[in-house]
Amino acid sequence: MASHYEAPIRKPLIIGEKSYHDISVDVAAPVEGKANKLWWIVFSISLSAFLWGLGCIFYTVGTGIGVWGLNKTVGWAWDITNFVWWVGIGHAGTLISAVLLLFRQKWRMGINRSAEAMTIFSVMQAGLFPLIHMGRLWNANWVLPIPNQFGSLWVNFNSPLLWDVFAISTYLSVSLVFWWTGLLPDFAMLRDRAIKPFQKKIYSLLSFGWSGRVKDWNRFEEVSLVLAGLATPLVLSVHTIVSFDFATSVIPGWHTTIFPPYFVAGAIFSGFAMVNTLLIIMRKVSNLEAYITVQHIELMNIVIMITGSIVGVAYITELFIAWYSGVEYEQYAFLNRATGPYWWAYLLMMSCNVFSPQFMWSKRLRTSIMFSFIISIVVNVGMWFERFVIIVTSLHRDYLPSSWTMFSPTFVDIGIFIGTIGFFFVLFLLYARTFPVIAQAEVKTILKSSGENFKKLRDGNEH
Amino acid sequence: METSTKKIHALYNDDDVLLHAIKDIRKKEYKIDEVFTPFPVHGLEKALGVPHTRLAYAAFFYGIIGLSFAIWMMNYIMIEDWPQNIGGKPNFSYFQNMPAFVPVMFEMTVFFAAHLMVITFYFRSRLWPFKDAENPDPRTTDDMFLVELSSDGNEKEIEEFLKKTGAVEIKLIEN
Repeated sequence: MASHYEAPIRKPLIIGEKSYHDISVDVAAPVEGKANKLWWIVFSISLSAFLWGLGCIFYTVGTGIGVWGLNKTVGWAWDITNFVWWVGIGHAGTLISAVLLLFRQKWRMGINRSAEAMTIFSVMQAGLFPLIHMGRLWNANWVLPIPNQFGSLWVNFNSPLLWDVFAISTYLSVSLVFWWTGLLPDFAMLRDRAIKPFQKKIYSLLSFGWSGRVKDWNRFEEVSLVLAGLATPLVLSVHTIVSFDFATSVIPGWHTTIFPPYFVAGAIFSGFAMVNTLLIIMRKVSNLEAYITVQHIELMNIVIMITGSIVGVAYITELFIAWYSGVEYEQYAFLNRATGPYWWAYLLMMSCNVFSPQFMWSKRLRTSIMFSFIISIVVNVGMWFERFVIIVTSLHRDYLPSSWTMFSPTFVDIGIFIGTIGFFFVLFLLYARTFPVIAQAEVKTILKSSGENFKKLRDGNEH
Repeated sequence: METSTKKIHALYNDDDVLLHAIKDIRKKEYKIDEVFTPFPVHGLEKALGVPHTRLAYAAFFYGIIGLSFAIWMMNYIMIEDWPQNIGGKPNFSYFQNMPAFVPVMFEMTVFFAAHLMVITFYFRSRLWPFKDAENPDPRTTDDMFLVELSSDGNEKEIEEFLKKTGAVEIKLIEN
């Protein structure tokens, strides 16, 4: 037991009298059981939203981008807002599984699997928007440097939009293999428990024949560590490059050097909020309260509070620098942002992103599950509006007052956005029913150090 | 080969007992062929004398390959094959235009290092779709730890010894 020592001051991460076998049973239960009525209801709603969005996508591609609310002045609006919003949400998964692994934070183990699933599903939603915006989806391969018959028609490596292609595709694919490698031992557990031949076949296929030899585990841990080391700068680079899409332009309100750290903080902020939204529901529905504890929620709330405050500092810095620069175009862009016709969006952004996370200073509020859930929704609304404010308010009053205008979305803009929310939940709900939603092999490694019963046993012995 | 060679499967239900048992078995110089565990038991590879994996070094070289490929590709595309005037950026020299190429150089480094390392891991550990699992007992992915030993005629002796080390179940497997 001595090798499993953990300071008594640390609260247990696994609640109750659990054994290794109990962990397998608890993680396998949602997969082996039947879906209840509520799951089917939520799934049907999500699927309908997804199909509606798919219809809107077909309509856009069939008719043209003109069906969106874009105009001559505001050439970028909901599409890029949604893109940045979804990419940002994705960041929490990598932060939890990679950065917290490097810092040896054990509390990541209860939530990393679902957070990574969220990453992959939300980056998939994000990727849809640039693809649709191309108009001719079937030519999407033109963004890659592939030798072609159009003379020497190459892509432009000076363009931040192309950097984004590389960043997002690297991010999506590396996150996917990171996730899948971690899943192998857990799929193997489900495979070896499966009684129905079809289930056994499926999980056998998914587990790649994982057997759990000593050498396999040795490589597994090394690969996880190196992938975490690679994914950490990768995730920071992704939102940095997303911010370059704006920061390297010459639009007042966009070309600010503060964008990379400001966007990364915002991404972590909204991503942790989404993890909270999803896991507060999942821990209840899948009976995983022993593994995703109130302490997990509290720690995520603290991250939300800190990153929310960083975002707040960034907002204020932007305003200050706009004034301090002495450039009247820059000054007007920010004055217009806060007091112009989109003042309500700015106010919503400020109150949701800077004001609301400050409640988390209170221990009572940040350990309240209901309150955490509400704040997690509020934060994601706020972060959507942040991107909307940055993008639309910087564009809608451009250099020529005669072309000043407003942006209003059409039903197609709204439909595609709702469709991606539906698609995201369709994927997540299917995942919650078929995948081991907790990295059970990893959780078993901390049972003796951080399990409630083992901690009690050890504390009892010491006195 | 020897006809009397038999496999012995000893099952343990605790990782700490397993670690002590492995040390004792090694002291007795019985031959351990393989150990199957449901999760990574820290210190196990050391106790078994299994050398540490070199995958991290491989990843480093894969990263260098990715970086070199990115530099070669962008130099060919942007400087050699079809230089264009893009915002007046220097199109005659890779080095002078490099700030614009850093993001892709970084992404390609990560892309190559991550994917080639994982592919190497899958091949070295023989993991791929449609591969059959090789753990002898399905409980080894749940809560049991299995030590596979081979004997040459002294099964009885080994069995007695394994019981003393805390094995909860011992099976003789005829080859």
